[in-house]
Amino acid sequence: MKFVDEFRNAELGSILSERIAALAEPDRHYKIMEVCGGHTHTIYRYGVADLLPSNVELVHGPGCPVCVIPMGRVDDAIAIARRPEVIFTCFGDMMRVPGGSGTLLEAKAEGADVRMVYSPLDALRVAGANPDRQVVFFAVGFETTAPSTALTLMRAKADGVRNFSVFCNHVTILPPIRALLDSPDLRLDGFIGPGHVCTIVGARPFSFIPEGYGKPVVISGFEPVDVLCSVYMILTQLAEGRCELENQYRRVVPHEGNAQAFQVLGEVFELRPHFEWRGLGFISQSALRLSSRYAAFDAEQRFPIAGVRVADPKACQCGEVLKGVIKPWECKVFGTACTPEHPIGTCMVSSEGACAAYYNFGRFARQRPTAPVAAQ
Amino acid sequence: MNGGSITAASASARPVDDEREREALARITRVRANAPRFRDERITMAHGAGGRATDALVRGLLLPAFASPVLDALDDAGIIAVDGLDLLLTTDSFVVRPLRFPGGSIGELAVNGTINDLAVAGARPLALTLSLVLEEGLTAAVLREETAAIAKAAASAGVVIVAGDTKVVERGHADGMYICTTGLGRRDSRAKLSPAALQPGDHILVSGSIGDHGTAIMLARGEFELESTVVSDTRSLWPAADALLDFGSALRCMRDATRGGVASVLNELAETSRVGVLVHEQQVPVLPGVAGACELLGIDPMYVANEGKLVAVVAASVAADALTALRAVPGCDAAADIGVVTTEPEAMVLVISALGGRRVMDRLTGDPLPRIC
Repeated sequence: MKFVDEFRNAELGSILSERIAALAEPDRHYKIMEVCGGHTHTIYRYGVADLLPSNVELVHGPGCPVCVIPMGRVDDAIAIARRPEVIFTCFGDMMRVPGGSGTLLEAKAEGADVRMVYSPLDALRVAGANPDRQVVFFAVGFETTAPSTALTLMRAKADGVRNFSVFCNHVTILPPIRALLDSPDLRLDGFIGPGHVCTIVGARPFSFIPEGYGKPVVISGFEPVDVLCSVYMILTQLAEGRCELENQYRRVVPHEGNAQAFQVLGEVFELRPHFEWRGLGFISQSALRLSSRYAAFDAEQRFPIAGVRVADPKACQCGEVLKGVIKPWECKVFGTACTPEHPIGTCMVSSEGACAAYYNFGRFARQRPTAPVAAQ
Repeated sequence: MNGGSITAASASARPVDDEREREALARITRVRANAPRFRDERITMAHGAGGRATDALVRGLLLPAFASPVLDALDDAGIIAVDGLDLLLTTDSFVVRPLRFPGGSIGELAVNGTINDLAVAGARPLALTLSLVLEEGLTAAVLREETAAIAKAAASAGVVIVAGDTKVVERGHADGMYICTTGLGRRDSRAKLSPAALQPGDHILVSGSIGDHGTAIMLARGEFELESTVVSDTRSLWPAADALLDFGSALRCMRDATRGGVASVLNELAETSRVGVLVHEQQVPVLPGVAGACELLGIDPMYVANEGKLVAVVAASVAADALTALRAVPGCDAAADIGVVTTEPEAMVLVISALGGRRVMDRLTGDPLPRIC
């Protein structure tokens, strides 16, 4: 594929790999957090870690949008989905995320009309095709997906659609990063910034990381060569004693955000005073809800929502795993009460979460050769 | 602490020196080695996806109930020895929506799917039974078309339909039509196949581009509004199997890479033979249309269903000749040598990506669902 394969090129990868190895001081252990789940996926999918020296470690951050939705909100979603008049629509990977009592996939098996859509506009189309049903869209995701939900709501309002609403769980990326940085036991050397979020908010909002917390941050693209390049840029900053916001993803990300997107977000959403994150607890001003102008499309107002908070199990230590304070196997429920088949915490929900990855591949991970593996 | 998170290949090559970590790993190994238990309260779509949930259904509920050594082998077809003659029997149900799709239709699938299970078990397909479950309201025109498709596919594969059944269910109960076929074949005298016979050094061949069928079906459903030229690969695999059987015991095993795709087949083989499998992703043939659609949907083509592709494991000494023989079979010109069998890591499939890094290609936990980001 044009404009894609170039960024997966083994030759470029190996050049970057060598330069990174040359830069990394052998007796120093580097921990770099990639904030976004999309980066985690790339790192896992292409075996990026194989091209890094063993003292450069990538730590997966809180940016998997489906994994951070707390159990209580999933339960609320399932309660809406079970209503006989409702067609409940959501993104595919949200269907497997467990709440306190099962998943949307299980609710579907029990008779709820749950349908997978690929965009909120698809959900609006379902509403058009089923005028006698209430169609609800389960909106999740960071600033990246929020504008498409906003545009869909604007269209629904303009068209006077009466049978469509949104169960809004959009979250914002900066507050959880700030929460992590504020944690006294955190030990990270730098951040790989979320390129897709930055296509909306711009690179500039991330300058607080170097300015306020003294950690380098590089906004990164999502192909493996992008990620390697960003690691190289962070190590270069560390080696040169610099601490800055840099933009590796300049082919897509502007320094200032997308003004048009801000405008539709401001029109449709407002900040929630606080929102719960699975594994991280309540974080203030970290999520969006529909503004009063769109109250008529707010599923939380259209349907009775229990809003019961399902506490993360006491023994679950996802927060500490995310911060790099403990290793997955040091968690009290790891591998016993919490497994990939029956996950408890966010790190086990997604197959790319730190705990699920360790559960599935921990044995293999230790067999890693010291030199990177070359393609045949 | 220098912990944090560990991906497939990000841990350093250190010995396990912590007693608690050793215990945790030992516990995981124990749990993973246990036969899966069927503990779900209801059937979900994940039970039909060919991954872990399917495995739990089959090995946790069905196999224990029927206690049969032939069934326990979980081969594509079961063997019955009658007066010195090895007969193979297999059965399959077809529930595809839409009924017609680019490159084929349910009728053609119902014939090819079943004879392919026989072919990869090393049996020349002889006869089929045909069971039609028809939905009230199905038009006669569609039924005629599918009947013709069944007849044509059976004739071109040289099998006869020797028994059948028809049922009609109320509207809303069968997506137009469901088809069940049972196939009978005779084991070819050249076949020395065993899924447990994989040996380190063996090569993995695929008979052509992968993921065509599943992608064609996904796109034909029109849910994604993607236009494409991808067509299903439904075809009889007997000619391909026939060509490979000439390699005798150097042909270790063949598998029909249907539901769950090539990834699931390789995982099953690695587990059965207690070996590792190493796949070179860049050598896996994927058509540009399939690669593009999968890229957009966030799905790995290695997990996408095929209906006319086999995976064969052959001894290294015959790998090149077997590939040449396979490529000479009509429809298999894109066949490729995609990887090797390794000793370690046992029962795991690793992929070397285009970038040169490795990842674990695990079994599916449910349907491959599109990712949000």
